[in-house]
Amino acid sequence: MAMSRDDIFAEVQEVLVDALGLDDDEVTAEATLMGDLGAESIDFLDIVFRLEKSFGIKMPREELFPAENVLSNPDFISGGKLTAAGLVELKEKMPHTDFTSFEADPDVNKMADLFTVDSVVNFVELKLAAS
Amino acid sequence: MRWIWIDKFLEFNSGESAVSLKNVTLAEEHVHDHFPGFPMMPECLMIEAMAQTAGILVGEARNFEEKVILAKIKKAVFFHYVRPGDTIILHANIESIAPEAASTAGKIMRGETLIAEISLMFSHIDNNLAGLEFPEENFVFTDMFNSLLTGFVDEKAKAGQS
Repeated sequence: MAMSRDDIFAEVQEVLVDALGLDDDEVTAEATLMGDLGAESIDFLDIVFRLEKSFGIKMPREELFPAENVLSNPDFISGGKLTAAGLVELKEKMPHTDFTSFEADPDVNKMADLFTVDSVVNFVELKLAAS
Repeated sequence: MRWIWIDKFLEFNSGESAVSLKNVTLAEEHVHDHFPGFPMMPECLMIEAMAQTAGILVGEARNFEEKVILAKIKKAVFFHYVRPGDTIILHANIESIAPEAASTAGKIMRGETLIAEISLMFSHIDNNLAGLEFPEENFVFTDMFNSLLTGFVDEKAKAGQS
């Protein structure tokens, strides 16, 4: 039976609580992984491993967090901001992410805010639907 | 010199699991200070012993081509003290392994007694930390580490022949 969004959220919440040593109530849908929840680079790998185990799916890290590849391409960055082409690329690679506020000011330093708990739930939902 | 906190391997299943053994002795000077009148193996060194057991397991899974560095202690819970004269057995399993990193779960036993549960994350540093360069040679897996494994592998090969 397909998991409901609430079920997925609850599971993602548990993963993040365990991986980052948090309390349940800190892991809200809007919380950003780095800014609000204090995740560092190795934590992302930990989170990916745990999600794969919890949901029984394969998650290439660059699909969930593809920002590195975009950042390393000079065509996609100009003056510390994402170019139009960069934004298109990132949106295509991150269909699970809400770009509404980022689009207004695509500052590279604000890219970290794209990684919210909600975007992880969306990602898992898409993966489960595809599997 | 490297401080090696395991004495030998008892089992080694490439890419899957390893079991190592450590004898704790009063000849280890640090236990005289930790603590005077109540010598016990420091818990941080049990984490290091697990990191060596699991780290060699992770390194061997990629033929020691990666520089495997302890990146995160996911869990370390201790239930009992370990005292001089004790023999502890460290069990490590690879939970996940990817080009960038690996995660392991492990426990430390003394006979039937559960001493600790220790889960770790290792980074393959050449595939992380973009932009940083590391020495060509694998400074993680020195001869001392390899000898631990070589002895064991030889024994196993001999056992297989008999």
